[in-house]
Amino acid sequence: METKKNQWIGWVYLAPAIILMLVFMAFPLIITTIVAFRNDYRIGFGLLQLVYPADGFDGIQSYFAGLNYGFGAFRTVFKNEYFWSYYMVNTLIIVFVSVPLTITLSLLIAVALNSIKKLQKFFQTIFFMPYVTNSIALGMVFAVMFGSNPNGLINSLLISMGNNAIDWLGAATDGNSSALMIRFTGMAVLIIYIVWQALPFKILILLSGLQGIDKQYYQAAQIDGTSKFRTLMRITVPLLSPQIIYLMITSFIGSFKEYNSVVALFNKDGYPVTGANIPYFGTIVLYIYNNVVMMPHVASAAALILFVIILLFTGLNSWISNKFVHY
Amino acid sequence: MDIRLENLTKIFSEKDSEVRAVDNLDITIPSGKLVGLLGPSGCGKSTTLYMIAGLLNPTSGKIHFGDQDVTELAPEKRGIGLVFQNYALYPHLTVRQNILFPLQNMKVPKAEALERAQKVADLVDIGNLMNRKPKQLSGGQQQRVAIARALVKSPDVLLLDEPLSNLDARLRLQTREEIKRIQRETGITTVFVTHDQEEAMSISDEIVVMKFGVEQQKGAPQEVYNNPVNKFVAKFLGTPPINFFNGEVKNGGLYIGEERILDSKLPNQEVCVGIRPEGFEVAENGSLTVKVEQIEYIGRDKSIVATNPNSENPTFRFIIDADIKGVEVGKYLKGNIKPNKCFAFDKTTESRLQ
Ligand SMILES: Nc1ncnc2c1ncn2[C@@H]1O[C@H](COP(=O)(O)OP(=O)(O)OP(=O)(O)O)[C@@H](O)[C@H]1O
Ligand SMILES: [Mg+2]
Repeated sequence: METKKNQWIGWVYLAPAIILMLVFMAFPLIITTIVAFRNDYRIGFGLLQLVYPADGFDGIQSYFAGLNYGFGAFRTVFKNEYFWSYYMVNTLIIVFVSVPLTITLSLLIAVALNSIKKLQKFFQTIFFMPYVTNSIALGMVFAVMFGSNPNGLINSLLISMGNNAIDWLGAATDGNSSALMIRFTGMAVLIIYIVWQALPFKILILLSGLQGIDKQYYQAAQIDGTSKFRTLMRITVPLLSPQIIYLMITSFIGSFKEYNSVVALFNKDGYPVTGANIPYFGTIVLYIYNNVVMMPHVASAAALILFVIILLFTGLNSWISNKFVHY
Repeated sequence: MDIRLENLTKIFSEKDSEVRAVDNLDITIPSGKLVGLLGPSGCGKSTTLYMIAGLLNPTSGKIHFGDQDVTELAPEKRGIGLVFQNYALYPHLTVRQNILFPLQNMKVPKAEALERAQKVADLVDIGNLMNRKPKQLSGGQQQRVAIARALVKSPDVLLLDEPLSNLDARLRLQTREEIKRIQRETGITTVFVTHDQEEAMSISDEIVVMKFGVEQQKGAPQEVYNNPVNKFVAKFLGTPPINFFNGEVKNGGLYIGEERILDSKLPNQEVCVGIRPEGFEVAENGSLTVKVEQIEYIGRDKSIVATNPNSENPTFRFIIDADIKGVEVGKYLKGNIKPNKCFAFDKTTESRLQ
């Protein structure tokens, strides 16, 4: 009796969380899935259209025949001329460039921070600043730094060293830079921005991981005459592997969903200012957002596609990392 | 190769205080011997060991290995093997990789390294566990891996920091024998840190007793036990511990209360009398009277917990022959004191008088 009563109380305690989860996670997930397979989503019909035939309701016989479900929305996504060449490719570039870069950099910074005694707290604070700063504000700062006109911070530096100004973000109106060049420099700046913004949290996690490593391992290594590099690769990295793998999985997922940074640096369409309305810097989530008002079923389909990609990739990721966590 | 510590001092300074962890330590560790560094917790044993290893820099003083002054030498150049208190085995590496680790740093060719690792692993009897991770080993096995890792580079000096403290009683006994055997077989000058006097006494060729960073006494274990220079050393060595009484020297005799237990040539004064548990011989007309409170049998011997109005502690312990009759709880018992098991200490300086 006692245990039953306790279970009952347990459920009561969990209820708020479960109800919120159901309302805000499970329900939208289910609706999104259903909507994604709706061929003829009708704006303004709300949830009603999930069961409402396209041609109106005229008797039970024609009811099921009238429901129009299928892969139409998915076809729309795949047929979009920019989906593969921009939205998907950009997302993959962001994922596979920024994540390894961020983790390597944050590891090196964390190790360096951990090894200094004086000013450690000071530098820790400096590195943590981006984390507590609004990302849109940061984006604006970056946009100014990488401004296209000769007054941009980086451009002024380049000019002072005798180089030409570069249209980093494709924001110049003269349209001198080639499309490929703009896409390249723009993505480079975008990745710098993403990496820089992602560093603080990772440094924090790795630093606390480092501080949890027994100093005696390092003393033992020192007595055995282990070089700095070998100590990093053979001792620090393996002992931090739980944290590194946690960061890898979460940041792979996070960067598949990259959106903020694009909006902050460019605009909500991912277009450069020059050139046609081509989403040079679009990501999958950007595509989802841009379709969610006018074509919710297409947005839902894209969201499902992203969901499946992330699911597969995370599965692969944790399968691989299980082989690399050493203890 | 012998190790000489000259006026070795280590002061840890913090904001508003400083700790003299090691104070003017002046000892020589003879070549090829096993020396036990012994003292209560916090007396600076690990600090001394880490200074010998080079992991800590002495505040002042010098360290010599043989003819060489190594005070300023980096740890990896000193040719030492160190076994840490909790072994510090790399958890992600197998036993083999752990033992190979120092050799890989020294760029020993692979075949030779493997051979040396196997040899040293066999020496400490873990040759069949080479593919396990440290987590899959018992405490004693881990400790032997740590010793193997320290030995594999053929160090000139082996340093052990309380290597047995994590083991259970039986394993501790077994591994300390093993350490002694390995040390004897390899002939490496070894320093062994412990706060367990029994451990130090049983395997050391020589012991150094420390208190608050200051050396109290050094010598062969039995010699230090038989002739402690002060009350601290007398108290620290021996289980069960020595018993202390408030005593007095008068009329050419050593008195506890009004009972004259031994002759004494000391000038008249109040003293602290220490009697080892085995120093009490039950006798009909013995010189010291105690009241028996409790009797414990420990194998062949009988241990009595007794009281006496002049005892420093409420109760004390004597070990007597189990065959002796007439020992009963609640009764008084008389006995003579063996002169070589009884010491007199100065009341204030605590140094040995008799
Ligand atoms: N890094 C440090 N900073 C400040 N004080 C220290 C430091 N390391 C040790 N001490 C102090 O120095 C003294 C000696 O420490 P040490 O570790 O040598 O003791 P120990 O004899 O090894 O004790 P135990 O048997 O408990 O290991 C202690 O009082 C300790 O508090
Ligand atoms: Mg210690």
